[in-house]
Amino acid sequence: MKRNVIRIAYILTYILFLVVSFILGYNPGKEIAFNFISFLIYMLKILPCAFILIGLFEVWVKKEVIEKHLGEESGIRGYAWVILLAGTIAGGLLVAFPIAYSLYNKGAKLSIIFTYIGAAAICRVPMTLYEASFMGIKFTLIRLLVSLPLVIITSIFLGNYLTKRNYRMVEGK
Amino acid sequence: MYYTYAITGLILLISFFINKQKTIKAIKISFRKFKKISPTFINMLILVSIILFLLPDKVISDYLNSSSKFVSVFLASFIGSITLMPGFVAFPLSGILLTKGVPYMVLSAFTTTLMMVGIVTFPIEKEYLGIKVAVIRNISSLLIALTVAIMTGIIFGEIF
Repeated sequence: MKRNVIRIAYILTYILFLVVSFILGYNPGKEIAFNFISFLIYMLKILPCAFILIGLFEVWVKKEVIEKHLGEESGIRGYAWVILLAGTIAGGLLVAFPIAYSLYNKGAKLSIIFTYIGAAAICRVPMTLYEASFMGIKFTLIRLLVSLPLVIITSIFLGNYLTKRNYRMVEGK
Repeated sequence: MYYTYAITGLILLISFFINKQKTIKAIKISFRKFKKISPTFINMLILVSIILFLLPDKVISDYLNSSSKFVSVFLASFIGSITLMPGFVAFPLSGILLTKGVPYMVLSAFTTTLMMVGIVTFPIEKEYLGIKVAVIRNISSLLIALTVAIMTGIIFGEIF
């Protein structure tokens, strides 16, 4: 309750600051408003699709399927699957967290979940192609070949460590 | 972007023809999940709007172009960690900095931390992973990004 009051007060202060900035012609305030709106539009372009796909995934994909391919018994092919999945879904980290949560609920194991989050950050196919066109293929290849194995290794360590400690992923609070 | 919409629309349509009830249920789940996380998204947007005001492209360019390579790598990974920038802004900016003589390893530190480490997305991350695991993930991502930067520096001959 108290947390909500603080949150609302904080958002209202922010809005008030922007409105006053516009009335008085205060430039920093205008710039902040511009940043806010451009990022809001950017996110509204990505998020609805992502959440609709998550909804469909929750309804259609059977738990057994995820458990079999991404669960405790999945082995090395599970990692390959999840990297492929991460590479084809747009949106980066922001979208990766809710998707990771859905995968987790359907029985994917933790090391695979962390690999998914890492891979969603670094090896989305459209982004990688875009990067290579500006920075050169060599730059992009070094980045991928160094980061991806490290992401998998740290995910395995983190996954095993947390599994031993009975860690559970929870959505919201 | 439009492909994503086309594909999502198509899948939704197919789902609807196969099973109306299930599809409606799916959309309800989507709304519920979106509603639950949206206050955190607003918080994040407020944070981003202020940080990007304090660190416009010009300031980022100046920081990444400092005299010492190693100082630049640290500054780059710091800026990359605290800002949020879509790839379609970050890579053209890095491309321009490259032509201005900023070393590959500095840009590598910048773009990799931008992708992997998220201070502004932290509020969202902790909602799903919990504070402790979100901290561990971000720190290990920062170390991975620095490793990538160093390897980039070695292979492009910028360190030795």
